Amino acid sequence: MSHDRSTWILRQKIYEKIFLVVSVFFLICSGLVLGALLLDLAQSGTSRISWNLFSNFPSRFPEKAGILSAWVGTLLVMLVTCLAAIPLGVAAGIYLEEYAPKNRITTLIEINISNLAGVPSIVFGLMALGIFVYKFALGQSVLTAGLTLALLILPIIIVTTREAIRAIPLSIREAAYALGATKWQVTKDHVLPYSLGGVLTGIIIAMSRAIGETAPLVTIGALTFIAFLPPSPVQTTAPFINFDWLNSPFTVLPIQMFNWVSRPDPEFHKNAAAAGLVLLIITVSMNAIAIFLRVQFRRRTRW
Amino acid sequence: MLKRQKSFQHLREWLIEKILLLAALSSVLVTLGIVFILILESIPFFKSVPLTNFLFDPYWTPLFSNPRYGIGSLVAGTLVTTLVALFVAIPVGSMIAIFLSEYAPAKLREWVKPALELLSAIPTVVYGYFALLVVAPFLQKVFSLIFGDPLISGFSMLSAGLVMGIMIIPYVSSLSEDAMRAVPMYLREASFALGATRFQTAIKVVVPSAFSGITAAYTLAISRAVGETMIVAIAAGMQPTLTLNPLQPASTITAFIVQVSLGDLPHGSLGYQSIFVAGLTLLVFTLSFNLFGHWLRKRFREVYA
Repeated sequence: MSHDRSTWILRQKIYEKIFLVVSVFFLICSGLVLGALLLDLAQSGTSRISWNLFSNFPSRFPEKAGILSAWVGTLLVMLVTCLAAIPLGVAAGIYLEEYAPKNRITTLIEINISNLAGVPSIVFGLMALGIFVYKFALGQSVLTAGLTLALLILPIIIVTTREAIRAIPLSIREAAYALGATKWQVTKDHVLPYSLGGVLTGIIIAMSRAIGETAPLVTIGALTFIAFLPPSPVQTTAPFINFDWLNSPFTVLPIQMFNWVSRPDPEFHKNAAAAGLVLLIITVSMNAIAIFLRVQFRRRTRW
Repeated sequence: MLKRQKSFQHLREWLIEKILLLAALSSVLVTLGIVFILILESIPFFKSVPLTNFLFDPYWTPLFSNPRYGIGSLVAGTLVTTLVALFVAIPVGSMIAIFLSEYAPAKLREWVKPALELLSAIPTVVYGYFALLVVAPFLQKVFSLIFGDPLISGFSMLSAGLVMGIMIIPYVSSLSEDAMRAVPMYLREASFALGATRFQTAIKVVVPSAFSGITAAYTLAISRAVGETMIVAIAAGMQPTLTLNPLQPASTITAFIVQVSLGDLPHGSLGYQSIFVAGLTLLVFTLSFNLFGHWLRKRFREVYA
C-alpha cells in the first residue's frame, strides 16, 4: 500500500517534469521559429534595401522596382484614418465611460462594439466596397481606404480609451465637482489629460494594425501597380492646401508586398522581402513604443 | 447676466453630451451598414442561384464560363486551414499560458508576454510570405527526406494553416494566462495543502476555475483563424476544391473574395454578388462562434468574492 502510494507520488512528479520540459520547449520553439523567419526575411531582403527602393516606382524589372508609391500611399491613407478614427473612437469611449446611463441603448452599443471587434477585416472591406465605393461614389480612392481602416480600428480605440478612463479613481472627479466644475469641464480638464497615456498606447497599437492591413484594401479594389504619386496635399500657390489627393487611386506597402510575393519570378521575392522588412520595422517599433509607454505610465502613476 | 451664462453653459453641456452619444452610436451604424450591404447584394444572387445548389453543389466556379456556386468547397478550405492552425495554437498556447501563470517568475513573465504579443503585431502579408517561401519549401524537404516524395505542392492548406497557427498562439496564451492569474491564490493553497503538485493544481484546480476566460481565448483564436485572409490567399493556392486533405491546395471563403477583388468584375454581375454572399457566409460563421463562446462563458462563469 505504502509502496503504491510512493510510486504514485513519484509518477506525479515525473508528469510535472515532463510538462515543464515540454512547455519550455514550446516557448523556446516559438521564439526560434520567429527568429528563423525574421532571419530569412532579412537575408533575402537586405540586398534590395537601398535609397533606390524608397525613391523608385514599381517596375517590371525587379532590380529597379521600388516602393515610392506604396509608402506615400500608406502615409496618406493613415492620415485619413487618424483624422477619422481618433476623434470618433475617443469620443465614443468617453461617452460610454463617463456619460452613458445604464439603459438598453448603452447595452446595445456595448454588445455591438464587442461583436464588431470579432468581425473579420475582409468583411469591412466588402462593406466599404458596397457603400463607400458604389453607394457614396467615392471610388477606389485614398479617402475610401482611410475611412475603411478607420472603421476597422474603431473598436480597438474605443476599448482602450475606456480602459484608460476606468483606471482614474472616482475621487479625482469628485474633487473637481466639489469645486463647481461641470461634467464636460471635469472630463476635458481632468479625466482626459490623466488618461492620455493609455489612450495614446491604444491609438499606436490600432495604427500599427491598420498599417499592416491588406485584405480590406484589396477588396475595395486598390490597384497593385501604381507608377505615379497622388497630387501633393501642399502647394506653393494659394490656397496652399489641396484636397485632390483624397480622390486619387493609391497603393499601400502591404499590397505592394502581396503583389511581389504572388509573382513567380524569385527575383521579385527579394523585393517582397525588402518591403516586408520595412513593414515589419514600422509595426514592431510602433508596438515596442506602445509597450514602453504602457510600462512608463503605469510606473509613474500613483493615485 | 449670471443667469444667461448659466443657461449657455447648460446648452453647451447638453450639446456635448449629444455629440458624444452620436460618436458612440456610429459603431452601431457600422454594423448596420455591414449587415445591410451583405444582405442587399445577396438577395439578387439567391434569386438566380437556388439555395440547394449553393449548399450542396460540390463545385465553386463563379469565374468560369459555366459558373457553379457550391459554397461547400470554400467552407471545406476554411475548415481545414482553421483546424490545422488550432492544432498548433491550442496546445502550444495553452501550455505556454500554464507555464507563464503557474511556474514562471514575475520577471520572466514581464519579458515573455509582450514578446509573444509581438507575434500578433506582424502584418499577415508578411506571414503569408513565410508560409509560401519558407515553410512550404521546408515541408517539401522534410517530406522528401522521410517519405522519399515531397507529397505537397508549393501551395497547400498545411503550410498556410501551420503559419496561421503560429500567428494565433498569442491570442490563446495571453488571454488564457490572464484568466488563470485571476484565479484566487487560496484555491491553489488549498490544493497544495492536500499534497498536490503544481502541475496537478494547474490542471485540476486552476484550469477548471479559469474555464470561462480560457473559452474566450479559444473563441477569439477560432474567429481570427476563420477570418484570416492574406496567409491563405498567398500560400493555399486559391483553387476551390472540395477536399479535407491538408496536403492539397484549396481556396477559402476569404481567399476567394481576394481573388475576385484582384480581377476586374463589373459592378452588379453575379460574380460581384458572389463575394458578398461569401462575406455573408463568413459573418454567419464568426458570429455564431462568438455567440456560442458567449454562451459558454456565461454558463461556466465562476465568481470569487
